[in-house]
Amino acid sequence: MSATFLGMPGSPVFPPFPRAAHDAVRDTTLRGNLRHATHTIRAKRAAAVAEMPDWAALRAAGRQIKDHTLRHLDRYLVRVEEAVTAAGGTVHWAADADEANRIVASLVKATGEREVVKVKSMATQEIGLNEALEAEGIRAYETDLAELIVQLGHDRPSHILVPAIHRNRGEIRDIFRSEMGEWGRPAPEGLTDAPAELAEAARLHLREKFLRAKVGISGANFVVAETGTLVVVESEGNGRMCLTLPETLISVVGIEKIVPTWRDLEVFLQTLPRSSTAERMNPYTSMWTGTTDGDGPETFHLVLLDNGRTDTLADEVGRQALRCIRCSACLNVCPVYERAGGHAYGSVYPGPIGAILSPQLRGTTSEIDASLPYASSLCGACYEVCPVAIDIPEVLVHLRERVVEGGPVTRAGNKVLLKPAKGHAAERAAMRAARWALTRPGALRGGQRLASRTRRFHPRALPGPGRAWTGTRDLPPVPVEPFRDWWQRTHGGREAAK
Amino acid sequence: MNSRDRILGRVRRALADVPPDDVPYERAVSRDYLRQHGERGTEETVDLLAENLADYRAIVHRCDADALPRLIAHLLGERGSKTVLVPPGLEEDWPAVVGVTRVTDRPDATARELDRVDSVVTGCALAVAETGTLVLDGSPDQGRRRITLVPDHHICVVRVPDQVVSSVPQALDRLDPTRPLTWISGPSATSDIELDRVEGVHGPRTLEVVLVSGK
Repeated sequence: MSATFLGMPGSPVFPPFPRAAHDAVRDTTLRGNLRHATHTIRAKRAAAVAEMPDWAALRAAGRQIKDHTLRHLDRYLVRVEEAVTAAGGTVHWAADADEANRIVASLVKATGEREVVKVKSMATQEIGLNEALEAEGIRAYETDLAELIVQLGHDRPSHILVPAIHRNRGEIRDIFRSEMGEWGRPAPEGLTDAPAELAEAARLHLREKFLRAKVGISGANFVVAETGTLVVVESEGNGRMCLTLPETLISVVGIEKIVPTWRDLEVFLQTLPRSSTAERMNPYTSMWTGTTDGDGPETFHLVLLDNGRTDTLADEVGRQALRCIRCSACLNVCPVYERAGGHAYGSVYPGPIGAILSPQLRGTTSEIDASLPYASSLCGACYEVCPVAIDIPEVLVHLRERVVEGGPVTRAGNKVLLKPAKGHAAERAAMRAARWALTRPGALRGGQRLASRTRRFHPRALPGPGRAWTGTRDLPPVPVEPFRDWWQRTHGGREAAK
Repeated sequence: MNSRDRILGRVRRALADVPPDDVPYERAVSRDYLRQHGERGTEETVDLLAENLADYRAIVHRCDADALPRLIAHLLGERGSKTVLVPPGLEEDWPAVVGVTRVTDRPDATARELDRVDSVVTGCALAVAETGTLVLDGSPDQGRRRITLVPDHHICVVRVPDQVVSSVPQALDRLDPTRPLTWISGPSATSDIELDRVEGVHGPRTLEVVLVSGK
């Protein structure tokens, strides 16, 4: 069984988060683009959510629907298979990225076609489908504007919702001017950096491809088990083009995208648009159940993808990450993402959700995955905005413990014992010391008093293995008086309040 | 072992902690969210629909049934459309316009043929006031999904108040999941360039909605 591959094709080895972030924060253009984008969307989202007095109830229902589905996923997977088959579709099962890519490539080859149009999809990015198809002589055209910018720019996506968020209009114009001709219709003469002109250039370039495409590939935002209905939520209409014009449609969908009933969509169609693009409703939503005579593709294939999801499901704390509906609200509020950018996370899933999802889907054995649970200030803003209430800080702390202490985990369906990660000796020693001190109140009290009395002589940076920690942080000053002593003296502030 | 059995086996092992008598679906989800937001009369619901459609840059018109053909003729003329596509089930004489060729959609009409059409006129299955959304379900008066996608100008007729619901939950109640459904909220748009909203990428760049009252 091959290891779970999670996107970022082309450069398989990524530096751990601290090193990648170290470079990213020095890129002032990137920081400017990111700051503008995240602040804009943050304010809009807050306003869109404030319109809904029942937001908390919708959020709770979303969490409950997803939790229930995950707790009975075997049943719902079988039901999806039955419903999609009954509606005229064909269901395939893919245990990992390689298998999913093989299935899709053979389905495309069976049509005799050598090119496909694609709706933006996290699942197909995750498995590196475009590169796998390229290796089989099949060209995949990304049709979402941001994905087109990324593809033409030989770049990597850096955001779940707006993958080219790190690019400004000038950079986009330059990419269109120099690259569009290589892939099809060139950019119009004298193209400026006005967003409307850039969008028009993309329209002309892609329309050629839509009108001749015989095979479309998509993901899905939701799959309804009861009816076998797939749902794709989008804005531009490129999704509608790919879902309705080709003769064959292949949808690659993670097994966590299932909701039990048609009615459940009433929750997510209210929370997803407001959380992601901060709109009451996204411009286009397509729903299809198998095939319909005379309307849309004649052949429909659904590829159900595991690729590390069942391993994530095996972790009772971490499985809540599978509730994610990929809205990207957590990225837009995260102070770490805002400064480091999406590329630093070394995965198609950046930001807070990426920091908990990637190390679970891929395991924590690589340096980048072991560093991701630390790519957070644990400020909790991500949990506050999450429309399905994923407690991201809780999972981050849980994964940090796994990285430092090791322990039993599930990989490719098998239980294995994870060894503690290298390079965390100081942290383990500190944890052991903390455990010792916290279980001995006398020693703790004595130590704190000693620390207070000697505070003038404390160095600014820690010596030994602690130096790495103070290399990027200021050492907090020790207070004049230990808290316990202050409490004793003031009866918890009552003296001071008088 | 095939991948289906492998994946289902992994799922079952992963869920060993879930008791066999786990809370059933009906009790696992509390539906105490609202069926609609705010109290509105019929008129106000239609007004809200018009307001939210316009907020997302759809052009909204209102008229009664008698004035509808004239209004559609006016809209097509104003735009300079030479051809107008109609789904086969649109029996009404709405786009009976002098100087505009009426094209009826055929099952074998290619995407390239549709691309040469100036405008399309359809009905809808329903409209959602709170979100400013039109829903098309492929009924004979709405046609195939592609006809409202490829031409650059879409005129959608909504019968008010019959076809208007307040909210997303009410819309789902009335829709049939076995039909191909398209939800449309304003014209095609993108926010991919510096999060500036630009109308019109791949779908129709102009969406006109006619709210028609009376029979």
